[in-house]
Formats: sequence, C-alpha cells, structure tokens
Amino acid sequence: MTVTGGRTIKVDTLARVEGEGALYIRMAGDRVADVKLKIYEPPRLFEAFLRGRHFSEAPDITARICGICPIAYQMSAVHAIERALGISIDPAVRLLRRLFYCGEWIESHTLHIFMLHAPDYLGYPDVIQMAVDHREVVDKALRLKKIGNRIVHLLGGREIHPISAAVGGFHKTPTRNQLRDLVEDLEWALEASLEAVRWTTTLPFPEFEQDYEFVALRHPDEYPFNEGRLVSNHGIDIEAAEYEDRFTELHVKHSNALHSVIRGRGSYHVGPLARFNLNFDKLPEVARKAATDAGLKLPVRNPFRSITVRAVELVFACAEALRVIREYQPPALPRVEAPNRTGVGHAITEAPRGILYHRYAIDDNGLITAAKIIPPTSQNQRRIEDDLREYAAQLVAWPLEEATLKCEQAVRCYDPCISCATHFLKVVIDRD
Amino acid sequence: MLIIGCGNRDRGDDAAGILAAERLRSRGIAAEICSGESSALLEAWAGAAEVILVDAVQTGSPAGTVHMWDAHHAPTLHTSTGSTHGFGLAETIELARSLGRLPAKLKIYGVEAETFAIGSNVSPQVDRGIDEVVRRVLLELS
Repeated sequence: MTVTGGRTIKVDTLARVEGEGALYIRMAGDRVADVKLKIYEPPRLFEAFLRGRHFSEAPDITARICGICPIAYQMSAVHAIERALGISIDPAVRLLRRLFYCGEWIESHTLHIFMLHAPDYLGYPDVIQMAVDHREVVDKALRLKKIGNRIVHLLGGREIHPISAAVGGFHKTPTRNQLRDLVEDLEWALEASLEAVRWTTTLPFPEFEQDYEFVALRHPDEYPFNEGRLVSNHGIDIEAAEYEDRFTELHVKHSNALHSVIRGRGSYHVGPLARFNLNFDKLPEVARKAATDAGLKLPVRNPFRSITVRAVELVFACAEALRVIREYQPPALPRVEAPNRTGVGHAITEAPRGILYHRYAIDDNGLITAAKIIPPTSQNQRRIEDDLREYAAQLVAWPLEEATLKCEQAVRCYDPCISCATHFLKVVIDRD
Repeated sequence: MLIIGCGNRDRGDDAAGILAAERLRSRGIAAEICSGESSALLEAWAGAAEVILVDAVQTGSPAGTVHMWDAHHAPTLHTSTGSTHGFGLAETIELARSLGRLPAKLKIYGVEAETFAIGSNVSPQVDRGIDEVVRRVLLELS
C-alpha cells in the first residue's frame, strides 16, 4: 500500500474477489466525484469460440468460463439449446439438474461466506489469519465445501469443470444408492448451514440500505434454479426470450466487461438478495424459519446482510438436495436424443451470484451460428458502482485506510466474478 | 510416507508435480495426484504423519531448479496471486497451519517452472528437474 500526498490510497492487490480489476473512487471534498469499477482483465471472447461449433460442445466449452460456477454455465447452455431444438427433458433429469445446482451453490456460497467475506466483518486480512482464532468455523466451512464438491463430482464426473452435463440430460446418471450415500453428509451440512445463519448474525453490519431493483427468476412452485419467469420488484415479468428487449449492454471505457442495464432505467441487483426478496415464499420451511430467526425482514436492502442471506440459501440448498435424493428415481435414459435442427433458444438460470443469460442460434447441421452470454457480474457491475457512490459518501470522515477496506467489503457483497464478466482488484480512493 | 503430486497437466510446467507422481508410480512407489485445491489437499493428507508434496513453483530461480522446504521450518509461505476463488498450495499450507492440520512432517519439493502455457508440454529443464525430484524421493525412501 502506498499513501501519496495523504489523499490517495492504493491497494495493489485486493484479494478475495475472482479476477483482475480495480476500484477507483475520487472524492471532491464531501462529494463522491467519480466511481469506476475497472475491469482490465482481457475480454475472453467465448461467444466467438462457440460460433461454428456443434451445439453438443456448448456445455463443455462454456463450463470453462468459470472454475467456481461451471454448472451455471452448463445449465444455461443446455436449457437454451434444448429450447432451440424443441426438446423436453425427463422429469428425473430435471430433478438431477436441481441437485447438481445445489452442489454448486453449496461450494460457492460456503467459499464466499467463510473464506472471502467473513474476514471483512471480523477484521482479518484473510481466512488464514481468521482460522487461527476461528478454527472450528473454518473447519466446518471446509467440510461443507467438500460436501458440495461431492455432489458435483458424483453428477458431473469431476469437481471442477464437470463433464457429464449434456444437451437432453446427462451422459451418465447416478443410481439411487449413489445418491443415498450423500444423505448422511447432507444432514450434517443442513445443521451446519443453520449454524452458519446464526453465526453470520453475530457479525457487525454497516448501516446501509439502497432502493434496489431486484431481478431474479421466479417459479410458481419452487425456489429458482433453472426455470421460471424473470421478475423484478419494479414490474418486470418476462420470459427469458424477452430478456434482450428489456435489458441492454453498454460499453464503458474503463471496463473490459460490458455493463448491463435495464433499458430506460439503469442499474439493477442480481444474486442472493434478489432471489431471497422475490422468492421468500418458495423457500422450504426450515430456511424461512432460519431467516426469520436471524431477523431478516423483507425486503432486505442492506447489501452487507447478503452474507446471512447466502447462509439461508445454503440451508435451502442442503434441504433441497435431501428432497431430490428422497424423490429420485433414475430416468429411463440418461438423456433424450437431440437432433440437429434450426432454431434459436434462450435460457436464464440462477448462478450462485445471480442470473446468467444464454442465447444460441443453431443451423440445420446443429452448428452454433450465434451465441450471447451475459454473466451475473456484468449485470451487477453498474449497481456496484452505484452502491459505492452512495457508500463512499458516508465514509468521508473515516481515515482513508479504513474507508478503503469498507469499500472493498462493499464490493465483495456481490461476490464478483470478474473472470466470468470478461481477474485482482486494485482500490484507489482519491480525495481532492 | 504419503507422496502427493500437485498441479495441472494442461498448463505446461504446472504438470511437474503430477509427472513426478507418475514417474514414482512407474517405479512401484505409491503416489497420489491432487489438483492442489485446498479441501482436497487437506483431505488427501488427513491422518498422514509424513508427507512429501511435489509442485511447480516460481521463485525467480532458473527453470528446472529443485527446491526443498520443510513446511514446519520454512518461513511463512506466501503467494501473491491476489486470487480469489482458487486457493493455492501455499495458502492451503498456511491455512492448515492455522487450523492445526499440518502433517507432523511435511516436506515440499518445488520444481522451478518457466511456462504455464495452456496445452504445452513441460519444458526440457523442468523435465530434468522432475527426474531429480524422483531421484531424491527414492533416496529418501531407501
């Protein structure tokens, strides 16, 4: 860290976010003059890689976009392509895909709650230092994450960049006994998640609320993963196919990731807070009770409370995984045939950090002629800047060093995955 | 003695740990292969009293140089990836130290890497470094 003329703090490496970017905040007296979330990681051009490839390759190619949420990419890809081809999947495959997503949410949320975000609240530079004083918490977190890994490994063939998801189903589906082997671990995980919710309520939360437009999937019968209409608390209620009519991407000079905005309105908020606020009634009783006992009141508009909401979603993911395992009967075939056919398909699924939109156009040889992928972090990018504009103004009286740490914590509320959006975050606050 | 080779087969010299494990196996020595992901690594060495880890490292030495550290006596290991969602070997060792989950004996062989290019083979110097690690591990076991 360098301090220049007493007015600039430069943190060369902001850890605990995924990817390479920087945060720049310029203050003019009490006023925030400029906020830029700069994503300088080079563009990754996955949409172009996909053109000319057979649709069956899309789940494996797009899984490579992210080591933390490959399942989200696979799920948005297979559902969009299935819609383009007009095929329907076996209900058992639908259940397994929910279980697959539970595994990814457990891995990703555990990592973010305990390893990436909690050290901010407790004043540690990282989880390694935190583990010295909170050994039991970190031990449990590691075990929880491992259980998420087990689910992903079983259904996906391996823990990172799984390979079993396919258009029409899976390349291989598990037996009932293989799933039953997970039950003991998941029952432990459910208890550990409930404990995690309680633990997060003991953390100190900054007072900060914003009037967000929350955007998430909503399904009539379930907490959303792969299906549902896209809704918001300000009246959006659309199908995935209508997404590009309501949302648009803007290029900004300081970022290699496009900023998504709602046409005519601006920034919006996707992720755990949005899902929770828009789908509280669809959570299982155990998760609703945990949320209520934790003092969460709808709508939760304090982004720093997202750590508790993520823990509530952990409870949901464990309970849902157990439900799926109870109900599962293997499908007649692991996957239905997916014949080459011209078509365009869209899908939105709920990645751990928010909605992930995919669109594919396919020709009569089954080759992809166009692909569009809009990850959650590019959708939250503008919103993160808007939050910082408000939040930094509250911190004018704070010493620069502490203000900088608080701003980093605010960014981490969104669990940004910069690699997905286009990797380091460097924070600079300039005070004139 | 548990031997674990860490790395990524598809990232050039990062395959060093995996190749060392495979070359030991071809000589009849049991060796584990691990991505190096923290929960997997902590699990891999859980219950083991003596562990040898092999991985590619970057310290600024010439490519193929073989380093050896004792995790209990080495100065705090540190990596400055600024990362993220992936925890490296050094962070995992430090986390294990915080959690009291370091094996009683943990020796780390590091082969100085040159390139992490996607899909490339290990460089010739690193290939020779891997052979040296294998020779030194065999010597320890004899």
